[in-house]
Amino acid sequence: MSTNQALAGIQRQIMWNRLIAVVEEQAQVMIRTAFSTTVREAGDLSAGIFDLDGRMMAQAVTGTPGHVNSMMESVGHFLAKFPIGTMKEGDHYITNDPWLGTGHLHDLTVVTPAFRQGKPVGLFANTAHVIDIGGLGMGPEGRSVFEEGLYIPIVKCFDQGKPNETFFDFIRWGSRLPVELEGDVYSLCACNDAAVHRLVEMMDEFRMDSLTPLAEFIFDSSLKATVAEIAKLGRGTYSGEISSDGYEEPVTLKARMTILDDAIEVDYAGTSGLSQRGINVPAAYTRAYSCFGIKVVVAPEIPNNWASLAPFRMIIPDGTILNAPRPYPVSVRHVIGHLLPDLMMGCLHQTVPTRVAAEGASCLWNPPLRGGSSVSGQARGNKKVIGDFEVITFNSGGTGARPAFDGLDATAFPSGVRTMPVEATENVAPIVIWRKELREGSAGAGRTRGGLGQTMEIATKGELEFAVNATFDRIANAPKGRDGGGLGANGAVTLKTGEKLRTKGYQVIPNGNRLILHMPGGGGMGDPATRAPALVARDVRDGVVSVEEARDLYRVTVSEHGIIDEAATAALRN
Amino acid sequence: MASARPVSARLAVDIGGTFTDLALEHDGKRTTIKVLTTPAAPEQGVITGTEAILRAAGVAAADIAILLHGTTLATNAIIERKGARTALITTQGFRDVLAMGNESRYDQYDLNIVLPEPLVPRHLRLTVPERLDNEGQVILPLDEAAVRALVPVLQREGVESIAVGLLHSFVNPAHERRVCDILAAALPDVPISLSSDVSPEMREWERFSTTSANAYVQPLMARYLKRLESGLRARGLTAPIFLMLSGGGLTTIDTACRYPIRLVESGPAGGAIFSAHIARECGLDHVLSFDMGGTTAKICLIDHFKPQTSRSFEVARVGRFRKGSGLPLRIPVIEMVEIGAGGGSLAHVDGLGRIGVGPESAGADPGPACYGRGGTHPAVTDANLTLGRYDPARFAGGNLRLHPEPARAALAADVGDKLGLSAEMAALGVVEMVDENMSNAARVHAIESGKSYEGRTLIAFGGGGPVHGFRVAEKIGIDRVLVPSGAGVGSAIGFLRAPVGYEVVRSLYQRFRTFDVVAVNALLADMSAEASAVVAEGSFGAPTTETRIAFMRYVGQGHEIPVPLPVRVLTAADVATIRAAYDTEYSRFFDRPVPGSDVEIMSYAVVVATIAEQTSAPSTPGAAIAAIPVRHQQVRDTITGEVAAWAIHDRTSLSPGATIAGPAIIAEDETSTLVGPGWTASINGFGYIELTRGAAA
Repeated sequence: MSTNQALAGIQRQIMWNRLIAVVEEQAQVMIRTAFSTTVREAGDLSAGIFDLDGRMMAQAVTGTPGHVNSMMESVGHFLAKFPIGTMKEGDHYITNDPWLGTGHLHDLTVVTPAFRQGKPVGLFANTAHVIDIGGLGMGPEGRSVFEEGLYIPIVKCFDQGKPNETFFDFIRWGSRLPVELEGDVYSLCACNDAAVHRLVEMMDEFRMDSLTPLAEFIFDSSLKATVAEIAKLGRGTYSGEISSDGYEEPVTLKARMTILDDAIEVDYAGTSGLSQRGINVPAAYTRAYSCFGIKVVVAPEIPNNWASLAPFRMIIPDGTILNAPRPYPVSVRHVIGHLLPDLMMGCLHQTVPTRVAAEGASCLWNPPLRGGSSVSGQARGNKKVIGDFEVITFNSGGTGARPAFDGLDATAFPSGVRTMPVEATENVAPIVIWRKELREGSAGAGRTRGGLGQTMEIATKGELEFAVNATFDRIANAPKGRDGGGLGANGAVTLKTGEKLRTKGYQVIPNGNRLILHMPGGGGMGDPATRAPALVARDVRDGVVSVEEARDLYRVTVSEHGIIDEAATAALRN
Repeated sequence: MASARPVSARLAVDIGGTFTDLALEHDGKRTTIKVLTTPAAPEQGVITGTEAILRAAGVAAADIAILLHGTTLATNAIIERKGARTALITTQGFRDVLAMGNESRYDQYDLNIVLPEPLVPRHLRLTVPERLDNEGQVILPLDEAAVRALVPVLQREGVESIAVGLLHSFVNPAHERRVCDILAAALPDVPISLSSDVSPEMREWERFSTTSANAYVQPLMARYLKRLESGLRARGLTAPIFLMLSGGGLTTIDTACRYPIRLVESGPAGGAIFSAHIARECGLDHVLSFDMGGTTAKICLIDHFKPQTSRSFEVARVGRFRKGSGLPLRIPVIEMVEIGAGGGSLAHVDGLGRIGVGPESAGADPGPACYGRGGTHPAVTDANLTLGRYDPARFAGGNLRLHPEPARAALAADVGDKLGLSAEMAALGVVEMVDENMSNAARVHAIESGKSYEGRTLIAFGGGGPVHGFRVAEKIGIDRVLVPSGAGVGSAIGFLRAPVGYEVVRSLYQRFRTFDVVAVNALLADMSAEASAVVAEGSFGAPTTETRIAFMRYVGQGHEIPVPLPVRVLTAADVATIRAAYDTEYSRFFDRPVPGSDVEIMSYAVVVATIAEQTSAPSTPGAAIAAIPVRHQQVRDTITGEVAAWAIHDRTSLSPGATIAGPAIIAEDETSTLVGPGWTASINGFGYIELTRGAAA
């Protein structure tokens, strides 16, 4: 290899790294400028760069696998409506179409062409979850997408740098939180602007006229590396299924995964049909979480781009809940979508059992809370009503046990979002969170145990009535263990006074009462009787496993202070 | 008997992981030495070093006017989990705030991540019924009987230190103080840290974590500081002792014993102050401090001679420098990014055929392959040597002979052979990649800080900074690099330049539309008094300055921008001015302000500090003289891949005014400064090397 060839090869690697830094910077600008807590505190966003054919070259590593290739597909839709030749410098295009974007109206996607020396060279796209988009609000109650909120077709929000005031007027008047919504749109555009600026600098520095050669290099390397990882798996077809509580009836997701020489194909035939309510999943979102579940096991180190995701193919039959057509309601598509990685790992467990985790709580427990006149009507006489508020907090149960480690207590998976501090939440809405702590006894037993769930207790200031738009799962279908590991604890949704609430849908918590959420624990892995006694003793001392569970499930005799009776334990384990 | 001579010498001591660095200034002269750190009893190294440096400088212990000290002891105690057996008393219903953190994974694609264990295990996290709302109103009174009932538990468990963290206590500390009173009466020998004192800011995880960490290191630090003080006094040192804070100020032993968590990052803070001092000497308003050592590179932004500060920091990261994998601390710190890129960082090729560098490091033993101590994997130092950037016989002042062959072999085996590259081209790839990684870290850091990086001067120090400085500068669009002298003990020298100062931060939520001038004035006056009292203990009447800052954002946004406030009683007329200042700052960072949004103030900071000493004037450089190289060396350029003869200069022989056109290398004992092609070096009036790019200087 000549010096020049060698140098060119090294330069391409450097440019690839730089491109990843550019999209990381794009995401950082959004986090710094965003208004919605969902973006700035929770990290529910994504950002990426695309070539002129709409193929994603690099994506920032952020909290949202659900955007992985749903955002990737969306740029093609923008280009179909506004061909690159019609785009101008300073334009920003936006949509929240669930079928052209990332699966529900609360996700805004903004696409911005990047120009260098007057010529388009690439596109930046980003997606962020906003708190309010009008309509019924985040929740499963809509019977069609038209009830779920304001629908933004692909339009220009900035035309050559000038805000499209007609567009901004529509969104200001269509949302309960106009300042936040408008501010977020500005933030999404600002982060693409910053990225365009950096891209142009990069192309100047490396004297690049076009992104095409770099794109080909990235795609070629990524595809080869992904195929090499697939080749390490056992050829064959593996099946699995998983159940969700559903809305009106239980939902079963079925998958047949075939490992080919250079691809992995998943067929969802046999999966339950569509729901009347907003738990339906658009196909792009199904592909996103399926890909994430496979990728995290098979090729976690390979960056996301068009080529590294291409070998993962989904066949999603029409009429199933995983391929919702317009105008089916899709607002809380994550409830079902978050189960897909567990399902993928259930299939992969049959070929690489030491590389997958047990099932976890999976679905985020994000209660959208609302109070004030839209829940309680007008205050009058001696009827007090809490001030108007709209708030959502992100919370997680336990993750499934890993082959070498316990599951993570109260930690999001597959979603990567963060929770908000209770003190911050109580500063933006008149609510009081009386309890938010780990749920004792909720971990699925195993050689490695599942992560613990958590319990929350929520009221308003003055204990006045408020409403929850429940979007919870794994109440009737607990997370399963693997290889002899036990079930994680089922979730539960109740009033403080004990009455059970429905797991999905709009419900009022009356004056003087509180909302209790018991989030599921993760499933265990391996026979609990083979767990290291010292770990069992630690869990007993910490109060998360009882002395009785230690004896009956783990076969360890231990005092409540964590002192092991070695002889009795040996006798139990023989 | 009192010495007839004026007591004027200043001594700084920085305890690092391997070495304890000392710097002494006396009669305009500086003496520096390094001694080995003595981890079991760190004061031993300090005392040995102090005796040695006094001998070397010919100064008596009684002639020392002030001793400035920084140490990694608190950090190490947290990393190695060697602190006190600590309990956390918290609000009922919130037992697991420390364990739950932000409920996220710091790596989305690694199924096997491990999260850091909280410093307080669950069985020592104890709760009491009580509750305040977000305005500090009591909605559930403190159950004092429940507090008393904890005493036997704390005794039975042998608890050595207590942290108290209650919800919303930063607004109203009454419940925390009452818990403290009850426990202190029953357990008079157990130190108690309150979250409303240690870190009075919103966000319970960060506040409780900081308070627990403070309690965790407090007994150990208090014992150490007392031993140190008595040991030095026994050897005739009469000077006051000041501790370096992570925020860049100095404080007394008493304050350090109460808030030892504020000492965690003192070493790197010293390095940043070193850079800030050089920026002041040379009149550089915007600087990027670049300190590259053996295992990490630290990058810090310095504007108007002040290192950028922050209020959050992560200690003891378990995920190899991964953000989010450590314990959060909410304390004033000098803001910097530290990445696993140093001379010892190892290179490898990943599954995509990409060269990766770090964060794994060869460490001191065996070290890079070229040390000839059995290392077989290629480190950045191996790559630099293979490119011809070092003279094998003169590395580290000739104390460490380098071996080119093992370096080449390691590069070929781990990188070159896998990519079809020669060892030389592999070396080029490794150096380019580590430079790119550091540049990207600097860029992202600037963006996260809301600052620009263009147009700054890079101040390069540490063993690797001057070697990699010019190329990092090129990659981030910087045209000027400064390499100071004394770079090997930069942190200790930085301590000598630090002001005696203290920062107080408090939260008080305000919206502009309903701005309460009276409440804000009362808060600021209180904060000012607190900071002034701490500083008065150590300033000996020296004049001080006060800085006041409001952390502001648009209502609903998550990240605040610091906006300076006038240091006086605010009036209603100031409100519009402050609001306008915010819009200006915001537009500077993010292009366009957001129309129609109200602005909220989350918190305030007040810093009181002695005035930074004036810098001495540089000597006037003579007329530009082209320096004469001592020899030439074959060096491979990382941009063209070509080998050419680079001129080698000896730094000690260069006088102010000397100029050198690149490509060239200026060698000294501690490091080598590379003058890249297209760069020109000159020696300024302070004896610092100044590199400029483009038109010859």
